[in-house]
Amino acid sequence: MKTSVNRRSFLKATALAGGGVLFNISWLSATPVKNQSNGQQEFIEFNAFIKITPDNVIQIMSPNPEGGQGVKTSMPMIVADELDADWAQVLVKQADLDTEHFTRQFIGGSQAIRQGWKVLRTAGAVVREMLKTAAAKKWNVAVSELSTSKGVITHKKTGKTSTYGELAALAASIPVPENVSLKSVDEFTIIGTSVKNVEGKNIVTGKPLFGIDTYKEGMRIAMIIHPPAFGMKLKSFEGAAVKKMKGIIDVFKIKIFNDDYERTFFDTLTFNEVVAIVGENTWAVMKAKKAVKVEWEPFESYSFKRDAFGRKSVVTVPSGLESTKVSQEKMEKLASSPAEVKRKDGDIQAAFSTATKTVESSYFAPFLAHNCMEPMNFFAHVTDEKVEMVGPLQKPELTELALSARLGVPVEKIDFKMTRLGGGYGRRSYAHWAIEAALISQKVNAPVKLVYTREDDMTAGIYRSTYFTKYRAALDENNELTAFHLNTGGNPESPLYENRFPAGAIDNYLAEDWEIPSNITTGSFRAPRSNFHAAAEQAFLDEVAEAAGKDPIEFRLDLLKKAKEKPVGTNNDYEPERLAGVLKLVKEKSNWEELKKNGNPGVSAYFCHNTYAAIVIDTVLEKGELVIKNVVSAIDCGIVVNPDGAKNLAEGGIVDAIGNALFGELTFDKGIPQKSNFDKYRMIRMNEAPKNIEVHFVKNNIDPTGMGEPTFPPVFGALANSLYKTTGKRFYKQPFMDQIG
Amino acid sequence: MAKFNLKVNGETRRVDVEDDTPVLWVLRDQLNMPGTKFGCGMAQCGACTIHLNGVAVRSCVLPVSSVGAQEITTIEGLSENGEHPVQKAWLEHDVAQCGYCQSGQIMSASSLLYTNPKPSDEEIEAHMSGNICRCGTYLRIKEAVKSASKSL
Ligand code: FES
Ligand code: FES
Repeated sequence: MKTSVNRRSFLKATALAGGGVLFNISWLSATPVKNQSNGQQEFIEFNAFIKITPDNVIQIMSPNPEGGQGVKTSMPMIVADELDADWAQVLVKQADLDTEHFTRQFIGGSQAIRQGWKVLRTAGAVVREMLKTAAAKKWNVAVSELSTSKGVITHKKTGKTSTYGELAALAASIPVPENVSLKSVDEFTIIGTSVKNVEGKNIVTGKPLFGIDTYKEGMRIAMIIHPPAFGMKLKSFEGAAVKKMKGIIDVFKIKIFNDDYERTFFDTLTFNEVVAIVGENTWAVMKAKKAVKVEWEPFESYSFKRDAFGRKSVVTVPSGLESTKVSQEKMEKLASSPAEVKRKDGDIQAAFSTATKTVESSYFAPFLAHNCMEPMNFFAHVTDEKVEMVGPLQKPELTELALSARLGVPVEKIDFKMTRLGGGYGRRSYAHWAIEAALISQKVNAPVKLVYTREDDMTAGIYRSTYFTKYRAALDENNELTAFHLNTGGNPESPLYENRFPAGAIDNYLAEDWEIPSNITTGSFRAPRSNFHAAAEQAFLDEVAEAAGKDPIEFRLDLLKKAKEKPVGTNNDYEPERLAGVLKLVKEKSNWEELKKNGNPGVSAYFCHNTYAAIVIDTVLEKGELVIKNVVSAIDCGIVVNPDGAKNLAEGGIVDAIGNALFGELTFDKGIPQKSNFDKYRMIRMNEAPKNIEVHFVKNNIDPTGMGEPTFPPVFGALANSLYKTTGKRFYKQPFMDQIG
Repeated sequence: MAKFNLKVNGETRRVDVEDDTPVLWVLRDQLNMPGTKFGCGMAQCGACTIHLNGVAVRSCVLPVSSVGAQEITTIEGLSENGEHPVQKAWLEHDVAQCGYCQSGQIMSASSLLYTNPKPSDEEIEAHMSGNICRCGTYLRIKEAVKSASKSL
């Protein structure tokens, strides 16, 4: 039954706007592979996604890493639906990093479902077509007379039926069809139904799913010691005495990137030189870590080459020991001076000079640590023959390239296995710890699991930047918004999205921004930049609506009407109707008019990562304590693939955002992070979470978009606006908690 | 180094470790039972929650030498096959996102229900507030605890 491996490039689809990612899936025609867990049954492989056994077990590969966003369930659901498989007989398996058969095997930008949609569907539809063709051949009937359902093919006229499994061997010999038709939305049987997390049982029984659970015979445990402050580097260390401690194998220095290495966008790393300690068990290493004497010194400003998706530059890292107080003052100053103009419509100067009313407010947000519950870790085993890497990371393909460059080993010799991520939220895009693990393994010539302590995780972060925005708005005598001006920036990254709402709805609009270089490392954090841009803007719009004497929902809807009917400019990054759609839905579902009379509702709506979300939050002070009574959300992410999974993700995004808005903050004093564990870094807990969350989806047949990030940004503004109702105070500065009561 | 005979999930396990080794690392490193998770190492997050004679404790700050003859139960020992009412309730409500905190959440919840089979919302919140979930699954956890309580 062994058929030759006939490799062909089957499908190339350019991603839709925004992603710029090219799909390129090479398909293998049928290759039988032994299935370990299924005894004697052989799997017949149809393509990179689908294998079927003769007894009709259907294995579907989940290409992307899973970190809680649910793709290991939802992506195979899409394949299974077009295949017309019986979900009860589907076995989902995590794919390894396989750049030959898959592209975009990463977590980022809430794009897995959106960009995987066509590819996954086609993968299923192609195999269904092959199975039908096989049945038609076997029964000598026309393909068009066959129907499929739940893994069974039926020929109605003759009453003949066959399972996919029975036909798999024959079907696999059929040439892969070049064109297949996909189902229409009303033909979906799995998509749109709530399917439980495929890993649910393994999670509740404590199975070793996570990178930190990796265990290999002879494995050593490693930890690092890194500079205590950003702006410092390793001067010297004394490891000899520590090496003699029980259970300790070695103490040495590693250098993560070579000086001439051209870093990619995701090669951000905290400290390039760290001390590594290797031992027999975690506790021995933890104790030894405290005993190593290390000296640090301030570094001089330095530069490195960078290639950010083709954009080449030389990045200069400034010297100095940064303090939050100083950088905050700098930001405030910059927001009051003219900066780089990113978008300009009309003439704001003129509009402000004839304004009847003006509103001006400034908003601030601090650095945030990701605080994934699973601390950073990675397993590596480097030998002369091969490099074996196992662990949780978001961008395995880029990490593999960086590792290849660092070790001087071709990627063919490097094998990346992706474990489940105990949270990512952006932090695990920057997998310098994987390279650290490999260098340590190479040095001690053994399999090594590198584990960060919580303190390492929090104080060697790739943080969310700190931001500041100054807004101004002008209203005319009819309370029409005539001008809108924002001057925004960050340390080190600007949060600006100049073409998002309300741009396009206001005749006179000016967006300018600036950035402050910093040696504190920052990067993606759940809805990067949007998480602050939305927070500030949605709070400001509430103030403007109030100044205009308008209901905040009606105020936004009026602007969206204008953006639709008479848009200003041509480069507006949202569909006014869909944004208005979620606002209308949230208005209805929250009983907005009633709530205004007997509650303290705050509203917000935002579009990012291709999904629209509107939030209404109702808060109250009970005996001086803040209680978040209810959160109502309305979301337009097109077709909802797995409704309960999407709901879980929305609930999580809302709770996480409330937590970060109330408590999230990392400050620095002379480069030293001022919090290093959860005793000081306050995280939201169950008693502080909302008492109730409602999630409503707009029903439409638009291709699906992601859910990992879009519910997060609008929550901050809705909370600030509700807190205004509750306390009478506007909230300009995150975190909010200290200012309540 | 010293030898300890620990009662773990109904079996006696012999380990040879330093006196001050936290039970968390005995479980994870010596006994290859990684269901109990490391989150903070200072009794702040609850990821490492186990039962000591049925009571939830944070294993990251529990030295092995202090355990003696007390019974340790870990997530692996709560039930063989996810049949414990709390585990079943977790599946019914499809609680987990990343899932990393959930061993600890389940161990905290099950110990609550041993001592207080019908907890109020406030009691659930108070008891469970020692367990952090960055994914924000708190509402589902609360509902799952209530379901489990009903099924007891
Ligand atoms: S690891 Fe023990 S409470 Fe966090
Ligand atoms: S499910 Fe991810 S931390 Fe709780």
